[in-house]
Amino acid sequence: MKVGVIDYGVGNLGSVLRALEELRVAPVLVNRAADMHAIDCLILPGAGNFADCARLLQEGGWTTALRDEVQGYSRPLLGVCVGMQLLADNSTEGTDEGQGTPGLGFIPGQVQHLRTLGCTQRVPHVGCNGITRTRADEPLFLGIPDGTDFYFVHSYAFAPQDSADVLATTDYGVPITAAVRRGHVWGTQFHPEKSSRVGFRLLKNFIEGPAC
Amino acid sequence: MLKVRVIPTLLWKQFGLVKGVGFDSWRRVGPVLPAIKVYNQREVDELVLVDIVAHLGDEDLDFESIDEFGQDCFVPLTVGGGITRIDQVQRLLRAGADKVAVNTAAYTHPELVTEIARRHGAQCVVASIDVRAQDGGGWACFSHAGKQAAGREVVAWARELQDRGAGEILITSIERDGTMQGHDLPLIEAVARAVDIPVIASGGAGHYQHMVEAVTQAGASAVAAASMFHFTEQTPAGAKAALAAAGVPVRQAFVPDAGR
Repeated sequence: MKVGVIDYGVGNLGSVLRALEELRVAPVLVNRAADMHAIDCLILPGAGNFADCARLLQEGGWTTALRDEVQGYSRPLLGVCVGMQLLADNSTEGTDEGQGTPGLGFIPGQVQHLRTLGCTQRVPHVGCNGITRTRADEPLFLGIPDGTDFYFVHSYAFAPQDSADVLATTDYGVPITAAVRRGHVWGTQFHPEKSSRVGFRLLKNFIEGPAC
Repeated sequence: MLKVRVIPTLLWKQFGLVKGVGFDSWRRVGPVLPAIKVYNQREVDELVLVDIVAHLGDEDLDFESIDEFGQDCFVPLTVGGGITRIDQVQRLLRAGADKVAVNTAAYTHPELVTEIARRHGAQCVVASIDVRAQDGGGWACFSHAGKQAAGREVVAWARELQDRGAGEILITSIERDGTMQGHDLPLIEAVARAVDIPVIASGGAGHYQHMVEAVTQAGASAVAAASMFHFTEQTPAGAKAALAAAGVPVRQAFVPDAGR
C-alpha cells in the first residue's frame, strides 16, 4: 500500500514523513500532481496562510488533479491543519470579508477567523486541547477516547455547512471543528504528527482504515 | 479545554547546549540531539531551541543541524536565534521547525514579523522579548541576547509586536534568568494583560510552584524553563503534575482505550 504526502511547496513535511516511517510505512513524497494516480491514500499537509496554500495548489495543477483523484477515483484523502481547511468551499483568510478564497470544495462550508466564530480567548489557539467525538464508531478515532489531547495551532477554523460532516470538536470557549469527514475525505485541524503517540495512532487508523 | 504548556528551553551555542545566569556565565549542559530525543520520548508539550550566538556571525544559520534536530521531534519545535530574513524562515520550516522565534530582528526590521505572519500565518511567529526592570518602574527591552538596550518599553513593544502579526510572546526577565528564584510575576502579568495572544513566561523558574504562580497569578498561557530541568531533578512531567494539582489544565499522557 502506498501512502503519499503531497508536497506542493508548503511548510514542514519532514515530521509527517517521519511519523509515517515510525508506523513502518514508507511514505512517498508526491511532488507532481500527475504522480498521485499511483498512490493508494493521500495526505494533504498545510501551514500558514490559506490563500497562499490555495494558490500553490492551483499553480501546481494540484487542484484539478485532486478533484480527479478524490472525486473521480475515490482516492482517500486526509487533510491536516490548513490541509483540512483547504477541503472547504472557501476561506475568509487573505481576502476582504465576504468574498472568500476558494478551496477544494470537498466538504461544503467556510473557514473563518476564530473571532468571527465567537471565540473570545487568546488567538491563535496554541497547544494541546481535548477532542470530543460526534460519533462512537468513527474508524479514524479507533482506540482514541474522548478527551484525548491533540496539538492545535491556528487562528482560523472550518465551519462545515452540514454538522454531519463534523467528526470531532474541541472546546476553546466556543466549540471548534477538530476533525471532519465526508465519505473518503477526512481532515484534522490538529497536527497528528506533532501530537506524539496519539498522533501516530490516528495516522495508523487512517492508513489501515476501510477506505485505504 | 486548552492545556497550559510546559516548555523546556534549549540554548544552543556552537556544538552543545549551554545555560547561563542573567544571560551570562554560560555552563555547558551537553549535546543537543540526545536532549531533543529524550524530551521527545517523554512527550513534552513543546520545545524551544535558540542558537544564542547566531546573531554574532556573518554566516548563515546552521540549517543542517536544525534539520538533524528536527528529524526525531514529534512535538512542536520553535527555533530562534539570528533570524533576519524571510528566506531563512522558509528554510527553517522546511528543516523541521514549526515556529520561529524572532528577537533582535524585530527591533531592526519590525516588518519581518509582519512578513512571516503574512506568509506563514501568525501562529508561526513567536516574538521573543528580553527585558530588565527599570529603576523608575517598568521594564526595558534588550536585543542581541540581552547585550544592547533596544530603547523600547515592554508593554508598548508587546502590543506593537501583536499588531505587527506575532502569534505569541515569549517574555524573559534577564535578571531572573538562571537564578531559579521565580518569575518576575508583575512583568508576566503586565504583558499578559497588554496582549490577547498567548504569552509564554520565561526566566526564573526554579520550582514547580513558580510555574503554578506564573499561570494562576500572572496569567501566562505557557511556562518555559531551562535551568530547573538541566540542573535539578525536576522534570516537565513533574511540573505538569504540580500544575494539575493546583487546578491548572495540563495535557495528560495518551492511554489508548481497548478499541478493537
